[in-house]
Amino acid sequence: MYTFELKKADSVANAAALLAASGGKALAGGQSLVAALKLRLAQPGTLVDLSGIAELKGIRREGTHVVIGAMTRHADVAASAEVKVGIPALAALAEGIGDRQVRNMGTLGGSLANNDPAACYPAAVLGLDAVVHTSKRKLAAADFFKGMYETALAEDELITSVSFPVPAKAAYVKFVQPASRFALVGVFVAQTAGGVRVAVTGAGSSVFRAKALEDALAKSFTADAAKAVKVPATGLNSDLHGSAEYRAHLISVLAARAVTAAG
Amino acid sequence: MGANETGPIGQAVRRREDARFLTGTGQYTDDVTMPRQTCAYFLRSPHAHANIRSIDTKAAKAAPGVVAIYVGADLTGVNGLPCGWLITGTDGKPMNEPPHPVLAQGKVRHVGDPVAVVVAESLLEAKDAAEMIAVDYEVLPAVVSGVDALKPGAPQIHEQAPGNKCYTWALGDKAAVDAAFATAHHVSKVDIVNNRLVPNAIEPRAAVASYNRAEQSYTLYVASQNPHVERLLMTAFVLGLPETKVRVIAPDVGGGFGSKIYLYAEETALVWASKHVNRPIRWAADRSEAFISDAHGRDHVTHAEMAVDKDGRFLAMRVTTTANLGAYLSTFASCIPTILYATLLAGQYTTPAIYCEVTAAFTNTVPVDAYRGAGRPEATYVVERVVHQVGVDLGIAQDEIRRRNFIRAFPYATPVALTYDTGNYDQTLDEAMRMADVAHFTSRKAEAARRGKLRGLGYSSYIEACGLAPSNIAGALGARAGLYEAGEVRVNPTGGVTVFTGSHSHGQGHETTFAQIVADKLGIDMANVEIVHGDTGRIPFGMGTYGSRSLAVGGTAIVKAIDKVVAKGKKIAAHLLEAAETDIEFKDGKFTVAGTDRSKAFGEVALAAYVPHIYPLDKLEPGLNETAFYDPTNFTYPAGTHICEVEIDPDTGVTEVVNFVACDDFGNIINPMIVEGQVHGGLAQGLGQALLENCVYDAKTGQLLSGSFMDYAMPRADDLPTFKVSTKVTPCTHNPLGAKGCGEAGAIGAPAAMMNAVHDALLGVGVKDIQMPASPHRVWQAIQSAKAGA
Repeated sequence: MYTFELKKADSVANAAALLAASGGKALAGGQSLVAALKLRLAQPGTLVDLSGIAELKGIRREGTHVVIGAMTRHADVAASAEVKVGIPALAALAEGIGDRQVRNMGTLGGSLANNDPAACYPAAVLGLDAVVHTSKRKLAAADFFKGMYETALAEDELITSVSFPVPAKAAYVKFVQPASRFALVGVFVAQTAGGVRVAVTGAGSSVFRAKALEDALAKSFTADAAKAVKVPATGLNSDLHGSAEYRAHLISVLAARAVTAAG
Repeated sequence: MGANETGPIGQAVRRREDARFLTGTGQYTDDVTMPRQTCAYFLRSPHAHANIRSIDTKAAKAAPGVVAIYVGADLTGVNGLPCGWLITGTDGKPMNEPPHPVLAQGKVRHVGDPVAVVVAESLLEAKDAAEMIAVDYEVLPAVVSGVDALKPGAPQIHEQAPGNKCYTWALGDKAAVDAAFATAHHVSKVDIVNNRLVPNAIEPRAAVASYNRAEQSYTLYVASQNPHVERLLMTAFVLGLPETKVRVIAPDVGGGFGSKIYLYAEETALVWASKHVNRPIRWAADRSEAFISDAHGRDHVTHAEMAVDKDGRFLAMRVTTTANLGAYLSTFASCIPTILYATLLAGQYTTPAIYCEVTAAFTNTVPVDAYRGAGRPEATYVVERVVHQVGVDLGIAQDEIRRRNFIRAFPYATPVALTYDTGNYDQTLDEAMRMADVAHFTSRKAEAARRGKLRGLGYSSYIEACGLAPSNIAGALGARAGLYEAGEVRVNPTGGVTVFTGSHSHGQGHETTFAQIVADKLGIDMANVEIVHGDTGRIPFGMGTYGSRSLAVGGTAIVKAIDKVVAKGKKIAAHLLEAAETDIEFKDGKFTVAGTDRSKAFGEVALAAYVPHIYPLDKLEPGLNETAFYDPTNFTYPAGTHICEVEIDPDTGVTEVVNFVACDDFGNIINPMIVEGQVHGGLAQGLGQALLENCVYDAKTGQLLSGSFMDYAMPRADDLPTFKVSTKVTPCTHNPLGAKGCGEAGAIGAPAAMMNAVHDALLGVGVKDIQMPASPHRVWQAIQSAKAGA
């Protein structure tokens, strides 16, 4: 770790001002950033700690949506009655992130802002067509994720909350990379007001929708229909833990399992 | 078997040391703090292979908090790190032994090779300064696989090792093997990769070195499995210091698995530098550093063939292995793929002729040395994979192919230099099959098939040579050290006993097991027995802990010292009881005149020894303090059968271990709870190797791709099944405890059982060959390739 200055923000406006003034980085749950700091892979002069901002926390139901504050911890999402009732697939997804320590520290907003290509939350946000509210604007899921570790957020822009539409049915199935236990491939399947959506994490440089699977499932929302879709391997990740072909194959297998799990 | 039938030997006594470990009061090397201490940080090579054109430390030396910076050129009078075992090649020449500098001398040979050490007031300042050191590297092509390193045109790593070869070595009767193969009914063949592993003890390596100007002496705290060996190698071979001036203390150590046997560059540099800066220096590896600086394990590529007759009787085995030794010869690297490997290739079988040829190569990777099992897991894997293949080829059941070839008459001299003293391989196989419910496997397989899953059953009937080792045999085979053990039993005036052992406990539970032996033999309470280990300033010269030797060799040394205590006690008791010494019996903590009720308690005799008012001072020295050194006459031969049942999901390639049983023969057991724990730990590591762990280097750049737990899959609790373990006993015939050792068995037996099960499961879908680790990706690929080929 290099030395840095730690500033505690007490409001979103204060945090944005501190970020703009210092050119530093926002510290949410720290489950990726602190590890990077320890390895000297990141060298911010200033960290702006968001943990003291009350307005960023909490979960509430707003009509057809479940709204979750950006600084809500994974463990709180997993345990939330609102989430369990409205979008059980989202509660289950949160329950499956990392380990207990990670879930007690990591936050929804931190995960989305980091946009790790193997993170779980982006699959739910894209799969449910959620809206990302920031300190400056609101963004549709499709406009938020830009690429590997890239989002539409400006340097001094903070996620404030995410509004998840309640789907008719949804499920997330993750196939873990054996070492890190991040998603080697994770598939979020949902029947939404706008139709069937299938979002895939872990397999590409950033979360993406699997159009062929969406089309097949729109016709027949069955495991067999999902399994019959052959996903092309072109452009998918290939590494120590799985070739692009393997990941492509897993997308169909996991989508089928998600359909079964969605009931 | 104990002196006292209801005594502590054989009881599942809870580990006494656990209270301090579980409450965070253990004292590890990194817990040692000293006045005026400094922190060291090692600048390491980012390249796999490079010439160092220059190193500029000027700016770094001026950085805040820096006390000193040393590079290779500063270490005048410091020799390279030695290798403790000389292997003589098939050409009759000694192995190529290139220098292993403490800090790089003009060249770096693996990612992580130490280039400079920065000593500073704080670790942060040391790290900051290290970033200011400018090293001008001329990057050279790298080679990371042993097979590739031996090919013509491969990058040359050491001038002293042409063709990157350390040695080609062989064992066995080649002519007899060739003759048997020429007329054999059938030859079964396997190609095997024994994957490279990273040890990853929970406590990373650490050291604290200090220099005392008044005494001109050094004290080194170090996370080591063998403090006396560490001191001997460091003083005699590297620093040229008198042993009397160096005290090495290995306090609580959080796991070793072999990786803390060796003399490493870091602690050597610290000891040397502690005098130059005249302040204590501390260093502890972080996990990333451990990945690129702790000696790795395994990394063999092998072709093995078994010649059999029409009934499946083994006629001869032929094995060719390439062993990757890494960039330098680590302390015992040379003997692992030779002496501790080829000698085990008979397994549990009567194979009359065996020939094994091993070529060891240098590569641009971290040095490879002993890791839990050390050579014996590699041998077991070869034997049990080829035996499995014989069964498949001839259509003979896996238990039956083993039974047809089991050794049943002991002692048995193998064609590969060992003589097994005892064993009963049928009984461990029978019990394992009962535990595994082999009888109903077919119906379980059919049920799994209905769910679209593939079930397989795999056997591993392993043997190991433990209790390292008879010094004369080891010496004849090239060892540059003895392999005895020492124990001192100090009876205190009021009857408490302090035992000083040369063995070292870094998770094995010596403080409990050894105390059980002493309490049992002396008929005293365990609470009155203290076990001291790990400090060259306190213990007799011992060889440390590895090779499942602590109980069989270290425990025996303690027993021999106890025997001396009892013999002297009898003399004292005879005087006190006014009886003849030959009439004194010692039992249940009492010295009794045979056939009478006249006796003296052990404590009374101890008191008389130190308060010798009524004492045969004309014939006997006061005191009750005895030391014994024990050098075994043979290895011990723990053996057993492990059976694994797996279920594979062909959709994802995931292998689930649905059942794993182990029936082991460790000879007599002192503490069954500790033995069970050792077996579970070993099996977890065996499962790790078979299904999860894989150390991978980039073939072009030589960068370690699996350099953290993000990419190196250590087994977690939920990766493991509930292991079912049991033991059978044939006591070792040549040590008084009848003990064989249990520390490595799990890691030795398990991989073959698991991989044979995977092969069995995949046989039906046409997969013939899959290597460790059988990761989901690999299994899926193997199934796809088989489909494509069909």
